[in-house]
Amino acid sequence: MSPASPTAAAGAAPVFAALGDRTRLALVARLGTAGPLSIAQLTSGAPVTRQAITKHLNVLASAGLVRDRRRGREHIWELDIGPVEAARRYLEQISLRWDEALGRLKQLVEEPAEDR
Amino acid sequence: MSTDRIEKSILLRVSRSRVWHAVSTAQEFAAWFGVGEIDGEFVPGASLSARITHPGYEHLTWNVTIDQVKPESFLSFRWHPYAVDPTVDYSDEPTTLVEFLLEETVEGTRLTVVESGFDSIPLARRAEAFGMNERGWSEQIKNIARYVTS
Repeated sequence: MSPASPTAAAGAAPVFAALGDRTRLALVARLGTAGPLSIAQLTSGAPVTRQAITKHLNVLASAGLVRDRRRGREHIWELDIGPVEAARRYLEQISLRWDEALGRLKQLVEEPAEDR
Repeated sequence: MSTDRIEKSILLRVSRSRVWHAVSTAQEFAAWFGVGEIDGEFVPGASLSARITHPGYEHLTWNVTIDQVKPESFLSFRWHPYAVDPTVDYSDEPTTLVEFLLEETVEGTRLTVVESGFDSIPLARRAEAFGMNERGWSEQIKNIARYVTS
């Protein structure tokens, strides 16, 4: 029994739903490779209207995948991996470094003892 | 899962005094921890620094303040976790506490490392630190990009 998984699955559902659309997936990919972009930049070259792009961005935003910031009269959109997720991965990184360091410590203290 | 602490435990098949030597002498600590020559000894209150030798982090300095030293059993220090941006002055930010606990067992020595105090590190700082190591996420984005453009 894993009490964490139903919650995790429920949390992930809106994310998958939001990504289950080719235009929205393309928006995520674009923000991921190009960094923060304005609506104008996101709309240029797209086969859909600015209103449609805005609608898609709002769907992504409600799933917590993107967020917008105002810069003057413009809205700048960027990917949002979520502060909680970032905090979790931060601990993972530090945890990994301890694993590596302790692995080296084990090697250091146990190696010369091989002739025991 | 606690967001405030990391706890690691490892069994070392050597005597407790051997482990203590590796954990509490500057020269041996530097060797396994991955820093250059440490400019002092592990005594309570000492502020120590060294160059970081871990690949990719060589431009950084390692700084700790030794907290407690109980020979053969316990050592602790404070530092700024993940202080990886050389342009940022971390000195005003909260530190985490790193504790080494040594216990004798039949098989050797159990070493437990606890790093705690992460909850007082601003969330923004934690997110930022992650941003410097977001290769995993960027790779995923590239995969999505490949998928949608193919």
